[in-house]
Order: sequence, then structure tokens, then C-alpha cells
Amino acid sequence: MIGSSKLVQTTPAVDMITTETPNMKITVASGKGGTGKTTVAVNFFLSVPKTSLLDCDVEEPNSNLFLHNDLEKVKEVTIPVPVIDEQKCEHCGKCADFCNYNALAALPQKVMVFSDLCHGCGGCSLVCPNDAISETGRNIGNIERSFSGQFHTGLLNIGEAMASPLIKELKNYAGENTVIMDAPPGTACPMITTVEDTDYCILVTEPTPFGLNDLKLAAEVVREMKIPAGVVINRAGVGDGGVEEYCQQTGLPIIMEIPYDRRIAEAYSEGIPFVETMPQWKDKFLQMFETIKEAVR
Amino acid sequence: MKQLTVISGKGGTGKTTLTSSFAALAENATIADCDVDAANMHLLLQPEIIKTYDFTALPTAIIHPERCTGCGICVDHCRFGAIKEGFEIDPYICEGCGVCEYVCPADAVTMEYNKCGEANESKTRFGPLVHARLGIGEEAGGKLVTLVREIAEEVAPKNNCDTIIIDGPPGTGCSVIAALTGVDIALVVTEPTVAGTHDLKRVIEVTEHFEIPSLVCINKSDINDSKRREIEKFCTQKGIKIAGEIPYDTTPTKAMVEEKTIVEYTDNSFAKCVIEVWEEVKEEMRS
Repeated sequence: MIGSSKLVQTTPAVDMITTETPNMKITVASGKGGTGKTTVAVNFFLSVPKTSLLDCDVEEPNSNLFLHNDLEKVKEVTIPVPVIDEQKCEHCGKCADFCNYNALAALPQKVMVFSDLCHGCGGCSLVCPNDAISETGRNIGNIERSFSGQFHTGLLNIGEAMASPLIKELKNYAGENTVIMDAPPGTACPMITTVEDTDYCILVTEPTPFGLNDLKLAAEVVREMKIPAGVVINRAGVGDGGVEEYCQQTGLPIIMEIPYDRRIAEAYSEGIPFVETMPQWKDKFLQMFETIKEAVR
Repeated sequence: MKQLTVISGKGGTGKTTLTSSFAALAENATIADCDVDAANMHLLLQPEIIKTYDFTALPTAIIHPERCTGCGICVDHCRFGAIKEGFEIDPYICEGCGVCEYVCPADAVTMEYNKCGEANESKTRFGPLVHARLGIGEEAGGKLVTLVREIAEEVAPKNNCDTIIIDGPPGTGCSVIAALTGVDIALVVTEPTVAGTHDLKRVIEVTEHFEIPSLVCINKSDINDSKRREIEKFCTQKGIKIAGEIPYDTTPTKAMVEEKTIVEYTDNSFAKCVIEVWEEVKEEMRS
């Protein structure tokens, strides 16, 4: 069956690699969901040798649906949450007063812990005058990897709100190569956590009013974080010229355009990266990689 | 008062496209745009803002260099790694817990609350809209979603609305949970792609976890027939009703460029599909 075999990176024509590859951290982000982050991240990864890929969209990780790797669990990620020793607790309420996340409620006879609200800061055990608070690990999700070690993904537990600690942990698996990170949508904490401390951000958008509105938000984030960025316009050819106009006005470079093409959408629907069916695109991703290297340098 | 949340797991499946048309079709509904970090509903509904609420969530630590002795105790205690070289706080990483303020022996840290977003109560040609904007790089998206819903719950009865329609965020995490809690029904918009199907299954686990009855709408339904059948089979197994199917089409983009909802833009077959989905959802909410 098409798309069911594991996909591996291929070595490109030698003359495409003009310089020694510096090890970079490149994120693929967007304000709006569904603009093609995973499409860009996966095809980029498959086109550029000696890269690794992290799927940081831990709420809905989809990269491996296109890579078909067998995955093994490498880590259960936990955050520390308080455990109250009722023998020692005198119900003074200092822990609950300290907690900015409302994860503790001090009742006259009992302290209640709402673990799912806890950020794991450890403040409650610091302020407890009776040494009545210890910590235990609460599992929020897992990190899995391909056997080659080139691909890692996080998977947040169902019903779990804390995505950022899992993403932070996942980023520790970046390794030595240039790493491409598939970010979650939006501009809130999970996206910030992914983009933080990276060298370059690819902003994927579509040329529509929604795409433009959300591109502006994401561009503002990376600008404020002082991370160099470039725009990939996906589904180019539909919509209007607003995105291009915005990029021109703000000096945000457009580093690739992927046309609106039903064949790309159909390959996507089957879980086939389009560089597999249209291999000429590998060169375009390699060119984009060169552009990014220049911008980082 | 009935509350409906439109979610999808995967982004870009058409939540706002559908919800905006529901706004146009519903007779007495208040709309709440709960995709607070990438809100788009205002682009189609062109709201006139009546009232703005400042949103303040968690504080951020500030280290005052004139009092800081450089002892490093704060760095040792910060679980989030938010204190950078030179004892500067990275505001994007700081989660506002206050541990550094507590442990500092020199009283060099203060916790400061800043506005980190705003919520708006507005009127539109289709009735009230509550929408919000989370400050750039802010946390607490879930809390802002909750604020939007609280405002909507006040606004709706004042405007004789019997329904709140919530446009939810993508994903399954914090903001989605806040958008789903306590609603009467969830409409999950999916697409017959590997990613759409995968994310549908995960988001249905979330609605089941919170015991919220769900309906499914298949957008771009003609892009992949075998995936479409997989979705139908999954829904049958789960006992979830499919409220309707919408074809792969450029109508939503064209309507969006004109800043109109689908049902205002056209009465073509695409718009008829959207109307059918709304009729099904309405019927389901009544029962």
C-alpha cells in the first residue's frame, strides 16, 4: 500500500550542499491551525539530510502519520505535585495562600490538592511550616522516538491541560544535528515554549484573511522574541494578496510558496509527504534550507 | 440556555467557517469566540465593541538589580528555568509562581501583575459576540476562555438569547478543556485525512472524558473516500451521529475574502450543506 512503508531521508545531489551544515534549531509555527505546519516540517525533514525532527504539537501530534515510523517510548514525563501529610498538617492554610494556580484549598480539617491545576513550582512545600508537604510525580504524557533516533514526538494525555512541561522535556531530545520542530498552533504558552531559544522560525500561512490575521500575531511573537523568521505561503493561488502585501511592508521574507493543488491535498489526506510523489520539491526545500542558513548566519 | 462548542482537534478543518454561518442562521444566539490566541470570528462578523474587559491572570517576577546580591538562591529554586544570566527574568518562561520572591534573602524580587489580554462584548448584525485577544506570548489561554464564556453567559439572557455558540480552539489541552467544560453538546469538525481522522479520535476521547455528547461534521468530505468511510465507521462504533458532510471547495475562501459568512455569500450547494448541518445541530440541541 502506498504510504505504509517507512520513509527515510535521501542524499541529494552533492552540489546542493554548499557549506558545512551548522547545527540549527528551526521551528515551524503558525498562528492559525491547519495552514500546513506538519506538511512543511515533514517534507523539509525528508528533503534535508542530517536533520532530526521533533513533533512538539503534543496535543495533536501528526508528523508520524506521514513518516510511518515504529515508535518506542523513551520517557514518561511527570510534573511534581504536592502530597499532604495529614499527620503533620496543622491546616494553617499557608500553602493554599501561596499557590497562584488555585491547586490547593485549605479547609478547616483538610487540605485539598487539585493536581491537574498544579504547575509543579514547589512553593507549597517551601512555605509549609510543618514540613507536611512532599511531592510525587504526576504523569502528563510520554515521549516516543523512532528506532533511528532521528524523530521524537510528545503525546499529551487525554484530558491533560499542561502541554508546556512536556514540550520542554521533548526539546531536550534535540540531539546534535540540525533539528526541525513542528510547533503547536496559536501564540500561547505551548507555541512560545517550542519557539523559545531557537535559531529560526518558519511561519506557515495561507493567503486568506484568516491566514493573514494569524500570521500577524505569530510574526509579532517571533519579532518580540528576536528570532529570525520567514514565511511559507501554502495553498498559494487561492484567497487574496493580503499576506504578500504584509510581508513586503514588514520586510518578512517569503521563503517558499506551495501552490493550491488538489493533488497535494489528496496526497496529504493519505499520509503521503508530497516530496515523495513530486520529488522535484526536495530541491526547493534544500534551497529554503540555504536561505535559512544565510539568515541565521 | 443551551451551549454548543465547535471543536476539531486538528486546526483548519473549518470551525470558524461553520460557526460564523451558524451565527447567521441562529435566531437567538450569542456567539463566543474562544480561540483566544488566533481569533478570526471578528473578521467575518465585523463587531462593534460595546464593552472591554481587561484580563489579568498570573504575575511575572521582576528582579530589582539595585537590591540583588547575586547569591543565586532564586536560580536554584526556579523550577521553570526562567532566571537568566545576570539575574534577569525571562517573562515568556516565568509562570508567576512567586517562589523566587519567597526565597530571596535580599527582598530583591517583586511579583507584578500586568494586563495580558482583553475580552470584548460586541454587537454584530447577527446578535451579540464575545471575543478576546490574548496578549502576545501570554500564558493562561484557558483562563481567558473561561472569562469569555462568563461574559457570554451574562450577555445572552440580557439579549433574550437561548443559545450560546462557542467557536473553540484547536488541540486537546488547556484552552479546549476550558471551552468544553459544562456545555450541552460538542460539534467536532473533521476532515477525511490521516491527520483529521487521528485528531478526531483523540478529541472524541476528550469529550467522552468530560461526558459531553458529540456530533461530527465531515468537511472536505470528497477528498478521500476511504478516510471518509473510516470516519463513518468510527462514529457508528461510538454511537456518534454525523450531522452532515461538506465538500472540498473554494467557497469558504471566496466568502472569507469578501468578509462574509457562507450563507450570506451564496445559496449554492455548498451553503445548503452548511444549512443542513445547522438544522441537525439545532435538532440535537432541542432533544
